[in-house]
Amino acid sequence: MSLFSDARWGEALTHLNDYLGNHVRVSVTALALGLVISFPLAIAARNRPLFRNLLLTLASIVQTVPGLALLALFYPLLLALTSMTMAWFGFGFSAFGFLPAVLALALYSMLPVLRNTITGLNGVDPALLEAAQGVGMTPSQSLFTVELPLALPVIMAGIRTSAVWVIGTATLSTPIGQTSLGNYIFAGLQTQNWVFVLFGCLAAAVLALAVDQLLALIENGLRNRSRVRAALGALGIAALILATLVPTLARPPSSYIVGAKTFAEQYVLSALIAERLRAAGFSASSREGLGSSVIFDALAANDVDVYIDYSGTLWLNQFHRTDMLPREQLLDELKAILAKQNITLFGELGFENAYALVMPKQRADALGIHSIADLASHAGTMSIAGDYEFFSRPEWAALKGAYGLSFRTQRTMQPDFMYAAVASGEVDVIAGYTSDGLIAKYDLTVLDDPKHAIPPYDAIVLLAPKRAHDQALQAALKPLLGKVDISDMRAANLRASGNDAASSPDAVARWLWDRIEKH
Amino acid sequence: MTATPLIVYADVGKIFAGRGAERVVAVHDVSLEVAEGEFLAIVGGSGSGKTTLLRLANRLIEADRGRITVEGEDVRALDPVLLRRRIGYVFQSGALFPHISVAGNIGVTPKLLGWPAEEISARVDELLELVRLGKSHRDRLPHELSGGQRQRVGVARALAAKPRIVLMDEPFGALDPLTRDGLRDDYRALHDKLALTTVMITHDMAEALLLADRIAVMHAGKLLALGTPAELSKSDDAYVAELLRTPRREAERLNALLPRDGAA
Repeated sequence: MSLFSDARWGEALTHLNDYLGNHVRVSVTALALGLVISFPLAIAARNRPLFRNLLLTLASIVQTVPGLALLALFYPLLLALTSMTMAWFGFGFSAFGFLPAVLALALYSMLPVLRNTITGLNGVDPALLEAAQGVGMTPSQSLFTVELPLALPVIMAGIRTSAVWVIGTATLSTPIGQTSLGNYIFAGLQTQNWVFVLFGCLAAAVLALAVDQLLALIENGLRNRSRVRAALGALGIAALILATLVPTLARPPSSYIVGAKTFAEQYVLSALIAERLRAAGFSASSREGLGSSVIFDALAANDVDVYIDYSGTLWLNQFHRTDMLPREQLLDELKAILAKQNITLFGELGFENAYALVMPKQRADALGIHSIADLASHAGTMSIAGDYEFFSRPEWAALKGAYGLSFRTQRTMQPDFMYAAVASGEVDVIAGYTSDGLIAKYDLTVLDDPKHAIPPYDAIVLLAPKRAHDQALQAALKPLLGKVDISDMRAANLRASGNDAASSPDAVARWLWDRIEKH
Repeated sequence: MTATPLIVYADVGKIFAGRGAERVVAVHDVSLEVAEGEFLAIVGGSGSGKTTLLRLANRLIEADRGRITVEGEDVRALDPVLLRRRIGYVFQSGALFPHISVAGNIGVTPKLLGWPAEEISARVDELLELVRLGKSHRDRLPHELSGGQRQRVGVARALAAKPRIVLMDEPFGALDPLTRDGLRDDYRALHDKLALTTVMITHDMAEALLLADRIAVMHAGKLLALGTPAELSKSDDAYVAELLRTPRREAERLNALLPRDGAA
């Protein structure tokens, strides 16, 4: 199949209205907000060297913060703010998605506008300023009828730069819950769907170029004092905004929002849930690529209705528990903790995605290793590999403590390469994930953990506070509980890591549902 | 020429802050009266304080000491913006607003004064006629005009709100000699026709002699001499004599080089 006849282009196209509309909405709002703030600041600062330097330095510092980090920082900031307004004034706002994205992008857009407005205004010929004063203009008449019109081409050039930056950076607002063209890129990277990645990049580039060229037309019109060109450019911008916004605004809002974290399994499971909801006659949309703590807070704040988390992740990362409980007890305790935040632990899907020590089946059988306890006596001559965080996680400390493990060497590896490395004998043992499809593909075996050193990582369905008594939702999701077994999930994950049309999250979710129905 | 002084400088001084603690005395205790209907030229080199002296009159620069009156009123008691709207000002090389049409440039002060649009439009036509530019120039932008045409618009702009006083800051300096000569004559004719009171600064003594009724010579912030060309020629000040020597010698040499045959 050639690159261009790939069915995934068509699938990408079906999301375009939604992603592009949201992308334009967040970019335009951010740009407008940025202009409204920067413009008066620049005018106030232009004749005050100290203030001007401070302002430009601050804006430059903001610019050095990577876009992703800036967006990510606004989320907890707003979260703290909303809890403050809630406590003081009795109302809160959503710290999820649109608002943090707009604020971060607006901040990001300020430098070029500030710099060019100041440069443009200070670049006006002093003889003309004297002339304005000499013919009897007040300072504000001089500003509005002489200085600003003369500085406008330079100011427009700044707005152009800022528009291109904002449109590009807006692709990074996906992880904080703002749908954008970045959804293609993040989903594509996680599910190795290069068509999506390419589509997202192209769409963002085309949008940025189109806006840049239309603004260039306005700038050119202003520079050459051609009203026609300036008006054409402005019309083009207005048409672009309308064309991208109308389809999104005309669509009724989805009744359910399904969240997904940033890895393939999550994309598949959110697609599965969304499909079940649609099958039950509801409208549902996915909010994908959300950061691990963002998604939990979004659920607690009712911004996301339902998503799949893992018991161990919540236990260790969200609630910072260090004690280890047996599986059932841990789930019960977790249920109680979540209930305090009005979050419903609706049930388990039936599989675990836990860290586990994995080695080739044949080798394990040959050495008579079935559990981590058996491994301990061999560890001294063996090497182990794990992902970037494993060796600093509590699970590793617990494993070493419980079994007295001491390996000859330990290495960190990119998760995708780990499985191939252990299959080829490059390393002896890896710290893999129990639901990874590559375990079956490379004929590996997961070693038992008889001492329960690694906490259980049951996949669990979490419901937002406002869905606690939603019988219809719960009825639609009930058939999934306990029905997704580990071998099906591994097979699904393996499919999702493929690079063809059958590997899209939606297609894999349909396949998985077929398997569930057959059980 | 009547004797009523329209502009009076009395012991006026202005000091600019230089670098660090340095003080630059731009204007040093100058007293000067400009009579109604008079054409006064202020002559001096760069740094002589002539531009400062001119700008003190419409408060583009504020005096540190002394007293300046315009039409009998102390300028310190007037709103500087309103003061400037009633005094015409012609800038060096025009200083037209490049983004505004010729008509817009000319009508700027009447517009600031809140004249009705039709009245401004009629006044613009009248002025274009007066400075000998066709009405076809109305909608042009300044960059479409020649240097001489631009300065004609500059003059029209200064006259738009019917001021009694016009201040000119080296208005003809940047023009080629032929254009300069034509414009000088045209302006002097307007000055007489409209009964204006004009103060013009120039570094060109010949221009001052040819155009002005009286000439004030500035040097290092001080008023060295003041009088008609004939009075100045009797001055025993060395600097004034030196200023007069150049045009005189040029005139003699030109006379010698370009003998008029007296032929018809």
